[in-house]
Amino acid sequence: MRLVMVGNPNVGKSALFNRLTGAHVIVSNYPGTTVEVTRGAMRIATQRIEVVDFPGIYSLEPTCKAEEVAAKEFAKLTPDDVILNIVDSTNLERNLGLTLQLIKLRKPMLVGLNFWDEAEHTGVKIDAPALEGLLGVPCIPVVGTTGEGTKTLAERVHQAAISPYEFDDHCKWDEVGRILGTVQRLSHRHHTWRERLGDASLNPFAAAVIAILVLGLSLGAIRWVGEGLIDYIFEPFFNRVWSPLMLEFSAFLGGGGWLHHLLIGTLINGEINYGESFGLLTTGLFVPFAAVLPYIFAFYLLLSILEDSGYLPRLAVLADRLMHNIGLHGMGVVPMLLGLGCNVPGALSSRIFESDRERFICITLTTIAVPCMAQIAMIIGLAGRHGPQALIIIFGTLFVIWFVLGGVLNRFLKGESPEILVDVPPYRMPHFRSLAKKVWMRLVWFLREAVPFVLGGVLLANLLYSAGVIDFIGRLAAPVVTGLMGLPEESVGGLIIGFFRKDVAVGMLAPLHLSFRQTIVACVVLAVYFPCVAAFIIILRELGVVRMLMATAIMVATALVVGGILNLALRAVFG
Amino acid sequence: MRDLAVDLGSLESGKKAVVIAIHGGIGVTGRLDAMGIRPGIVLEKISGQPFGGPVVVQVGRNRIALGFGMACKVQVETGRGENAT
Repeated sequence: MRLVMVGNPNVGKSALFNRLTGAHVIVSNYPGTTVEVTRGAMRIATQRIEVVDFPGIYSLEPTCKAEEVAAKEFAKLTPDDVILNIVDSTNLERNLGLTLQLIKLRKPMLVGLNFWDEAEHTGVKIDAPALEGLLGVPCIPVVGTTGEGTKTLAERVHQAAISPYEFDDHCKWDEVGRILGTVQRLSHRHHTWRERLGDASLNPFAAAVIAILVLGLSLGAIRWVGEGLIDYIFEPFFNRVWSPLMLEFSAFLGGGGWLHHLLIGTLINGEINYGESFGLLTTGLFVPFAAVLPYIFAFYLLLSILEDSGYLPRLAVLADRLMHNIGLHGMGVVPMLLGLGCNVPGALSSRIFESDRERFICITLTTIAVPCMAQIAMIIGLAGRHGPQALIIIFGTLFVIWFVLGGVLNRFLKGESPEILVDVPPYRMPHFRSLAKKVWMRLVWFLREAVPFVLGGVLLANLLYSAGVIDFIGRLAAPVVTGLMGLPEESVGGLIIGFFRKDVAVGMLAPLHLSFRQTIVACVVLAVYFPCVAAFIIILRELGVVRMLMATAIMVATALVVGGILNLALRAVFG
Repeated sequence: MRDLAVDLGSLESGKKAVVIAIHGGIGVTGRLDAMGIRPGIVLEKISGQPFGGPVVVQVGRNRIALGFGMACKVQVETGRGENAT
């Protein structure tokens, strides 16, 4: 027996799933957070039951990739599976439409009335026992965020029943109306301040001002938190605590030899230089923990607040026109923002789109022009030495690539872009514990996914250098790298490691002491030319071989064109 | 008041109206239906972004953003909406 959670998007299935199974699934306040099927297990009495969390669906006919994923899983239901239909109590009318469709499947089911607390606050009174009597299946009030009611829900899973409810398919909504007339009472209420804010952020002019403020403040906060953590905690720790230890270790290893080279790297003027030493225990640890982690934390903290507040769909409405220029509708802001954290979830989130065309554009643009936070943090560290001007040119160029390339793809790819159709959820105050848990999950995910790759990247860089491979490829690639882009031959090392891990790749540029122009060209080309291996695997999975090759060709071509132009333009302007 | 039939795209923001018909294929009709936008329902247009941007409507307890083109396929009638609940 499996317990299969089904419901409209953004009704809190994932929050409830986490509560029931103790699992850790990302929960946000916008429709389309869950794009994959997640499995977990819960224990009821002595029985272990598999619980399946689905992407949300509005009806049983799929309209986008995420819903297709759900539909496919749905087709695999066995007779002893139980459907747990989660409904949003504040919004019973629309949710019951799906409930009635599910009833027609004639499977044992039960209904979880989520957001029960919010319904009460907003003057929606639901007679759960009456609903239960009408539908003939258990209907249990729950609150996913706090876990209220989940115990009762678990206890009643075995009471799940095939609903005896009969109705005419064509009069589904009349039927819903009749049910509501019996079980729901609405009391009049005043508009809350959150709703007023909700109105303001949908008014075109106020919305633009709010968006600039929100994004500007978020950017400022990310930089402030990220730099603060680096300057006051991580760098001092590495410099004062870790360096002396490593110097002793270096002496213990005899100050040289292959093991020393691998673990400590090269001492610069007798000191450890985390940017240039390039040993596993020096640069290999400094990059993920001291250079990248603080920014990852700052970014995910802010992103999570934006996600949980319900602001993202509002930003989507505002950005819709702009996004149509690149062939996507407004919800494209979601994969792009997620991509700024890491391209892997960014590419996955492209499943919220209806068509293959949109998914191709979205994934291609994310991997080319949306650098991940690990890469951004390293770029800030490297190019920041040349002043804010360098950073502005780098990120400005990436934005122009995003916009122009998106326009080109939109023009030349067959098909049209479907229009936005999205629920704008109410603003919700981010729930502190859920928020903290989400940020924590993302940090753990980063450390688990990234640290091995960073260490692997540093190791690989050392091996390739020692074996002379990088010099060899450097000479081969010289016409392009040196001739076209004006970079030194050695920078090819970064480009090779960039296939593996972008933050290490940027780090490898540090010892080269590149000029202002070279730094900019190298950072942009590194961002554009190819995704890192983790993102590559996801792209291959999401797009298939043929379109993956197409995307790759676009990446390489863009890197060559932009690298060449940037080299010439910067030479012309800055000499 | 005389009834006035317009489409949702050109309906004034802040106005309530009744949906009369949806002039679209089965795909659009089905998706809108699942979101609660169907003939007979009363909705309020909250806002419309300029230059053919999305239209936001309040339908019951839901706030839904839909593309301008889609909004233009939704035929509504004002006048009756003001008195409806």
